[in-house]
Amino acid sequence: MSERLLEVTDLEVYYGVIKALKGISFHVDRGEIVSLIGANGAGKTTTLHTITGLIRPKHGTILYKGADIGHIPAHKIVSMGMVHVPEGRRVFQNLTVYENLLMGAYSQKNKAEIAANLENVFKQFPRLEERRRQLAGTLSGGEQQMLAMGRALLANPELIVLDEPSMGLSPLLVSEIFEIIKSFREAGKTVLLVEQNAKKAMSISDRVYVLETGSITADGAASELINDERIKKAYLGE
Amino acid sequence: MEFLTTFVNGLSLGGIYAMIALGYTMVYGIAKMLNFAHGDIIMVGGYTVHTVLPFLAILLSGVYNPTVAIISSIIAIIAAMVFCMMLGIVVEKVAYKPLRGASPLAVLITAIGVSYLLQSLAQMIFGSAPKHVNIKALDFGILKIGGLAIGYNTIITLVCSILVMIALSLFVKFSKTGRAMVAVSEDKGAAQLMGINVNRIIMITFAIGSALAALASVFFLLKAPTMTPTFGSLPGIKAFTAAVIGGIGSIPGAMIGGILLGVIECFAQAVPAISPYTDAIEFSILIILLLVKPSGLLGKMRREKV
Repeated sequence: MSERLLEVTDLEVYYGVIKALKGISFHVDRGEIVSLIGANGAGKTTTLHTITGLIRPKHGTILYKGADIGHIPAHKIVSMGMVHVPEGRRVFQNLTVYENLLMGAYSQKNKAEIAANLENVFKQFPRLEERRRQLAGTLSGGEQQMLAMGRALLANPELIVLDEPSMGLSPLLVSEIFEIIKSFREAGKTVLLVEQNAKKAMSISDRVYVLETGSITADGAASELINDERIKKAYLGE
Repeated sequence: MEFLTTFVNGLSLGGIYAMIALGYTMVYGIAKMLNFAHGDIIMVGGYTVHTVLPFLAILLSGVYNPTVAIISSIIAIIAAMVFCMMLGIVVEKVAYKPLRGASPLAVLITAIGVSYLLQSLAQMIFGSAPKHVNIKALDFGILKIGGLAIGYNTIITLVCSILVMIALSLFVKFSKTGRAMVAVSEDKGAAQLMGINVNRIIMITFAIGSALAALASVFFLLKAPTMTPTFGSLPGIKAFTAAVIGGIGSIPGAMIGGILLGVIECFAQAVPAISPYTDAIEFSILIILLLVKPSGLLGKMRREKV
């Protein structure tokens, strides 16, 4: 059995009195791409925010590499090797592309390693190198998504958490983004992916969890779920 | 000639306003709060100089000469900056940090409360009578070039404030902490996801702003050597006005707003017919500018995020 990188058990999250997550459990093994799919408001983003420390759970445990991170502040989780690319990219509009990438390396101390990672990111995203002196706010949506992903790579992550990376992008760019996600796995990274585009997400994932109004209602190998009649009907538009 | 003298005086006063305005604007940009106690930090800086200077004079009485006097003045200034820096950090930690995420009104009223607290403490310790705080050693007289007569203090103030603004701009642009400040001011959540400790950045911002306020108090004392517990109120409000004119949250905006306000103030005071209305003129300019450009000169319209 492969190494368990992330293990979430009985996670409950409240917004005031509203229960957003009703005790969900899932895990991500090293080297996998795992997708969380579900409709708007199912709790996908809440789940991601909770595991990376932006929201605190009311109940349940989050084990990352065996350590309980449920009460570790978000900024400390980054240096543990889990990095979150948030929904809507959220690049720093008033910083240049280069400065944004450096922000990604904020928790990194080793200068030589930062330089090497930067070179790799520029190799993978040549557009970012061309535009390194441009303010990030002037980039197109696709370029901003690439910047957000490149920025995450500079944190030297083991687990990359992606929230709706294909949102608002043209079909051509969407395919490109999914190719990039696949390349993360080839580079030895682990990916936890949240997507509206369930079909695409399932096509690159190893395993899938289906989230419905705060509960996980189905899970399994992507290759099996993609043929599940109920999933097909609800999420794949077939 | 008189025009040029007034202009230089205005630039110098503007430099002081800019230094204070930077504190308002940086704290607003990063902690998203109006720190109305900022003006009172100026006052604390003044009283610190007032306390430390005689102490140093006694300590160094055996070796007192003009050079020692200048050095001890500089030590007093540094002491004021360090003390205000620590005060800024403590105020943030005790009064503002527990309110993170609370309604902006709660934070605002707390800041006003801190302001009155500092004024009352100063009154208890130093009394309400004006104190003469003369940094004599730094009074180098008046520079005369042709018909131009400008105090050396004015020039020192101007040069120092320009150096401070350059240093701060370089710090924000090129240091890791400076870039983190820009990142936090833009998107606190995303900044956390980069591994930035937002609380630490807010603390550093308060420290820098308070040190600049202390420095500003020294330059005010060089102009007029009197200190009262409410000394910081008017310069505080003026500098806040400058920050809003420039576009609150914008560092270059605070610099431009400060200098603009200083120049306007000096010219208004130079014309006898309108000099009694100087403050009114300054605040009217704020009102008119906000009617025309609500975000200030360099401020960006805030995009409301859903």
